[in-house]
Amino acid sequence: MRHVLSVLVENEPGVLSRVAGLFSGRGFNIESLNVAPALEPGTSLMTITTSGDTQVIEQIVKQLRKLVTTVKVVDLSELRAVEREMMLIKVQADDPNRGEILRLADIFRCKVVDVSPNTLTLEATGDTEKLDAVQNLLQRFGLKEIARTGTVSLRRSM
Amino acid sequence: MEMTGSRILIECLHREGVELLFGYPGGAILDIYDALSTAPFHNVLVRHEQAAVHAADGYARATGKVGVCLVTSGPGATNAVTGIATAYCDSIPLVVISGQVPTSLIGNDAFQEVDIVGITRPCTKHNYLVRDVNRLARTIREAFHLARSGRPGPVLIDLPKDVMNATTTFVWPEEVSIRSYNPSYRPNLNQLRKAATALTEARKPLLLVGGGVCLSGADEELAWLAHELDIPVIGTLMGLGGFPGDDPLWFGMVGMHGTYVANKAINSCDLLISVGARFDDRVTGRLSTFAPDAKIIHIDIDPTSIRKNVHVDIPVVADCRLALEGLREVLAPGLGETDWKSKHSQWLEQLGEWQNARPLCCRQEPDGPIKPQHVIRAIYEMTKGDAIISTEVGQNQMWAAQFYAYKKPRTLLTSGGLGTMGFGFPAAIGAQLAFPDKLVIDIAGDGSIQMNIQELATAVQEKLPVKIIILNNQYLGMVRQWQELFYKRNYSGTPMEIQPDFVALAKAYGAEGYRVTKLEELVPMLEKTFAHPGLVVLDIQVDREENVYPMVPAGAALDDMLLV
Repeated sequence: MRHVLSVLVENEPGVLSRVAGLFSGRGFNIESLNVAPALEPGTSLMTITTSGDTQVIEQIVKQLRKLVTTVKVVDLSELRAVEREMMLIKVQADDPNRGEILRLADIFRCKVVDVSPNTLTLEATGDTEKLDAVQNLLQRFGLKEIARTGTVSLRRSM
Repeated sequence: MEMTGSRILIECLHREGVELLFGYPGGAILDIYDALSTAPFHNVLVRHEQAAVHAADGYARATGKVGVCLVTSGPGATNAVTGIATAYCDSIPLVVISGQVPTSLIGNDAFQEVDIVGITRPCTKHNYLVRDVNRLARTIREAFHLARSGRPGPVLIDLPKDVMNATTTFVWPEEVSIRSYNPSYRPNLNQLRKAATALTEARKPLLLVGGGVCLSGADEELAWLAHELDIPVIGTLMGLGGFPGDDPLWFGMVGMHGTYVANKAINSCDLLISVGARFDDRVTGRLSTFAPDAKIIHIDIDPTSIRKNVHVDIPVVADCRLALEGLREVLAPGLGETDWKSKHSQWLEQLGEWQNARPLCCRQEPDGPIKPQHVIRAIYEMTKGDAIISTEVGQNQMWAAQFYAYKKPRTLLTSGGLGTMGFGFPAAIGAQLAFPDKLVIDIAGDGSIQMNIQELATAVQEKLPVKIIILNNQYLGMVRQWQELFYKRNYSGTPMEIQPDFVALAKAYGAEGYRVTKLEELVPMLEKTFAHPGLVVLDIQVDREENVYPMVPAGAALDDMLLV
């Protein structure tokens, strides 16, 4: 089952490789990993999407907590949480297709962030399924490039 | 006071209580060696960095203190990796200090540069690269704190040359706290109550002693529990010495080369109380058939050990000693209400039957070749179990585990988790330095001893009376055993007929060497060896194709043993 883990770590050199090394060394799966400075100075927040049965997820959480540089680990899949991912997608947009692509962009509330005579680059935000849907719908026009941030997530307040 | 990084390092080590440091100099740590010459503690010059780490490890295992070693950058650091991984697998507290090229050169592929922090990340409890001399004292303090607290382990500190030369005002951090590191020592009372209830309900309880018992000094509490409730005890390799090996409630080691009774017991018990063991594959055999009828209580200080391999009914995350103390308090009030002796008498009778049916055997013929098991028994009888035994890895290690009864923690020094050949001799050096008046014996094989034999020079230089007993079968015996049993006797790469004359070699290093080829020479030569005031290499020519039994083939069920 898919789990989203929110991992607060000390912002020190090598912390990312400690976490990544833990996953690779123990054969755990990383679907996506996102890291950026957190609210508290000197810390970073990692959001890791992984999958496994209950025992594997329990091990992942415990092993992450065991790292000396880890401050806090929360399995957001067990809680009510909001989840978002952002995608930049560059699509082939020749004249006959441009209108259709822009209509789709509008339906999915994408922003156009770059334009060239035969391509459009769109910014899409949403949960993973929505971004997959955007990607699938634009597929037929020809996708040139794609960049996704991976999931970020916060626990709901209520 | 204004001090250089090197001086701060020495001062911090001194304040941490360091008595001994094992090291090998090199370009990147010249400044440290310069400062070491006036240090208030002894530094031991080894002949290979791997041995520096094993010696510090042996010192730590024998004393319970943090072992310290010092290696240079590049190859010095990579040579230390095997030792670090060995200590990591067995939870041994070490601080390993490595030199590094100057910070300005890091990342430039400089001479003798290697990213040792990157290399050792998965085999240290934690590691540091110190880029600023102002961070040095605090880092050393943290390293010692991490190494010795919680589940102990090795910590590496990488020190660039320019940081050792830089000066700053020395401030000793009195307090050390790491906000994200808070090991739980105290057991949860609810869990202890559940454990106590399970103990009261169990008809066939079994105590499993792991290395955690030795590390936390829980042996007395464990003995109390076993004796008071009349519970039989078995142990893992790392647990040997955690419960007296000559106690009537002791039924031997469990696992791949465990006793028949221990392996039968684990698969028949209805309650398994594991204290400081981590259910390694060499202990459990096939997991799906491990302890099928048992409820499992798992006491361990490391939460990741729990439910990693086996299903656990009652986890207790705590220091083993404190957990058993707590359990004692919970059990004490109702203790008199049960007649434990008669409650468990049938179970103990059953174990006695298994024990008598298939005891560990040593078929020594009076005129036959010397059986290695017989050698270990003889050593046990002569030392009365009052020696520190280190082992190499392989058959020598398993026979030393089976045929010597360890009575106290820290009397068996062996590489359990990693299985590092070449560990025993340097570990014996470390232990002998800690206990100059104790008899320290390395039980070795002819293969393993050659992996760190250069340390004869270290031992002679330090005037250490370590006794090396080589069970010489001119094979890599354990691998040969597997080839005999599972590879149609295809002895590929295992014969070791080409080997040095160990007696002459010992003498060449300035030590003493003896050889035993006949059974009648064995006891007199052992006596001569133990009576000699200096280092002795005793080369014993043993039965070449003797095997270690019982044996649970890899991946088989524990009670599916080869017994011959």
